[in-house]
Amino acid sequence: MGWNRKVLRVNLTEGTCTEEPLNMQWADEYLGSRGLATKYLVSEIDPKVDPLSPENKMIMSTGPLTGTPASTGGRYTVVTKGPLTGAIACSNSGGFFGAEMKFAGWDMIILEGRSPTPVYLYVENDKAQLIDASDLWGKSCWETEEAIKHHHQDPLVRVSSIGLAGENQVLFACIVNDLHRAAGRSGVGAVMGSKNLKAVALRGTKGVSGIKDMKAFMKITAEKKKVLADNAVTGQGLPKFGTQVLMNVINEMGALPTRNHKDVQFEDAGKISAEAMHEKRPTDGKTHLVTNAACFGCTIACGRISEIDKGHFTVVNNPKYWGASGGLEYEAAWALGAANGVGDLEALQYANLLCNEQGMDPISFGATIGAVMELYEMGILTKEQIGIEAEFGSAEALARLTEMTARGEGFGKEIGQGSRRLCTQYGHPELSMTVKGQEFPAYDARGIQGMGLTYATSNRGACHLRSYTVASEVLGIPVKTDPLTTEGKPELVKAFQDATAVFDAAGICVFTSFAWTLADVQPQIEAACEGDWSMDKLNEMGERIWNMERLFNNAAGLTRKDDDLPPRLKTEPAKVGPAKGLVSGIDKMLPEYYSIRGWTEEGVPTAATLARLGL
Amino acid sequence: MWKSLHIDPKKCTGCLQCEMACSVEHTGVINPSKSRIKVFSFETEGRKVPYTCTQCTEAWCLNACPVDAIRIDAATGAKEVHDDVCVGCKVCTIACPFGTVNYNQDTGKVQKCDLCGGDPACATACPTGAITYVDADWTGLDRMRAWAARANTAVSE
Repeated sequence: MGWNRKVLRVNLTEGTCTEEPLNMQWADEYLGSRGLATKYLVSEIDPKVDPLSPENKMIMSTGPLTGTPASTGGRYTVVTKGPLTGAIACSNSGGFFGAEMKFAGWDMIILEGRSPTPVYLYVENDKAQLIDASDLWGKSCWETEEAIKHHHQDPLVRVSSIGLAGENQVLFACIVNDLHRAAGRSGVGAVMGSKNLKAVALRGTKGVSGIKDMKAFMKITAEKKKVLADNAVTGQGLPKFGTQVLMNVINEMGALPTRNHKDVQFEDAGKISAEAMHEKRPTDGKTHLVTNAACFGCTIACGRISEIDKGHFTVVNNPKYWGASGGLEYEAAWALGAANGVGDLEALQYANLLCNEQGMDPISFGATIGAVMELYEMGILTKEQIGIEAEFGSAEALARLTEMTARGEGFGKEIGQGSRRLCTQYGHPELSMTVKGQEFPAYDARGIQGMGLTYATSNRGACHLRSYTVASEVLGIPVKTDPLTTEGKPELVKAFQDATAVFDAAGICVFTSFAWTLADVQPQIEAACEGDWSMDKLNEMGERIWNMERLFNNAAGLTRKDDDLPPRLKTEPAKVGPAKGLVSGIDKMLPEYYSIRGWTEEGVPTAATLARLGL
Repeated sequence: MWKSLHIDPKKCTGCLQCEMACSVEHTGVINPSKSRIKVFSFETEGRKVPYTCTQCTEAWCLNACPVDAIRIDAATGAKEVHDDVCVGCKVCTIACPFGTVNYNQDTGKVQKCDLCGGDPACATACPTGAITYVDADWTGLDRMRAWAARANTAVSE
């Protein structure tokens, strides 16, 4: 089996760490990571709980393939009720933290209650303890990681922590591990901050010993790695250009949301693209990109490691940012750049570094800045209120507002509430480019119709990773569909949603799905885990996970009206590009989607659907 | 003909597949902490460097061992630790200038790279060719070829 069969339960109120056996019946029904942790969460908390109260819980979980040679098998998931959305929050991260949890002998860590004073959790194999973190409170994620390694005299400790954003309960705060990987979305870092939990530090030397058939597992994982290596996207495009390979492609399609979605093409897209990261800067003759990097066990290695221009105004007097560090990935480059009309690559990297340093989701943050800039353009917000002139395209405003939000200074506190609350506060909720209160990622729902339905129905609020139909609508994986039509998209979205849930539950990266289908993942699970892991079972499991998340959201008070897009995408047609004249066909797709899901017209799973899925 | 592990840090992405493969090969458990090859990450430079035993001809570890537990495998040239002889005194770990022999608390013995009997699992697992297993007399061949290619261009110009 791929599981350690062990759960660590940490009660922060009581200050206790206890060991529990993993519920193997649930493991059989929900596999691990996203699926299994969500099952635990929905079984243990009231869906109506205040996300930032001690009654909310936060679960860090691995999957059966985490910490194994299955390519990309280094993922872990943070599941909780999200403060940004009020919905289920489920954020996934790579790096090395997840594998370390497995090597320490655990599958999952359940964090409950609220510590009276700041603490961090230190786990060394079987031994778990809460340690005073009052000297770490106020420190960044980078400083915290270094301080913990120093304290334990152990450079091999793996750390997940919150920075100032999580401490201040910025609603899109994330949890950063291994310096520049993050459980990024839905404000999981704010939940961690609300629990007075600064960090979780792990050291594991036990390893993963329970693989069902190690010989078969090593053989099949090697075969599947070859599939990734031979694929043009996972074998060439992503290692060389990273996810940023998409910037020019999506811009050409007229699906690059620009200036808070007012436009669908960005005139400076080329300046913030993967290609630009490969070009020598005129200022210092160096390329922005230093190298690519892999998360644990990943044979794709899409990660970007870059060096900012030391002479750039953002860092010229701040040498701590001069070294190589993570970024830019496509989503961050878009949100910090195109979404605000900022075409200064170095400024984007500066903002991205601050997001990593202090633990903020650059997607939600950048998209919120887009809304602020539009409110400023309309005269609703003034320079006096914001503290700086904030016109679209201003790299100075971007840099300053990132500092203010990360540190909780002045108007930064309001930005830290996310765009829905901010736009509502200033009387223009329609300008918030969100679903369920979570900001859109980097694809315009008018130019890629399937993504509109993806955003509207994503259980964790607007998100591209719940059903990445871009694969089909743009790249032709597994089959090419027309991005401009709604036809067939409800089926496509459902299929992607269910399959992705299984990828996530297994503990692998969704980027493998550029080359792998579920049929490639299935034999790897089969060789690792005891039990029956047929394709039918996995397909049904994906659907079960999706419906379980939906039931939680419904019980939390979300309804059909929360499955909607902002009016801009439904009434303001794309101005240029292939999608010129089009709006999102969400109103046509949504009822079809509900029907295909076996849900009522109000978006509630029917009794027959629940019975079929064993829910 | 002996072969050597040849490491090109520029190609390393830091995925640790080599560490996993090494531990599975030697212990049957996926456990990078027991790997005989380690990847070091120099974060602020963006560099990853895999490092392991180079199988010295006049091996310090072998010469220092008081019980002759480290011996040469004639077929591969690897300096191998014989667990049935090793007493865990760790003198070899002091003698090795490179730090590539290490004590294993679980077994009470030292461990080091043994080239997996001539088919190193790390090289097989490496997805980028950062670790290869090549003719011991020609570890510089690729680099020579690269320079040769440049020289050739210069001449033709």
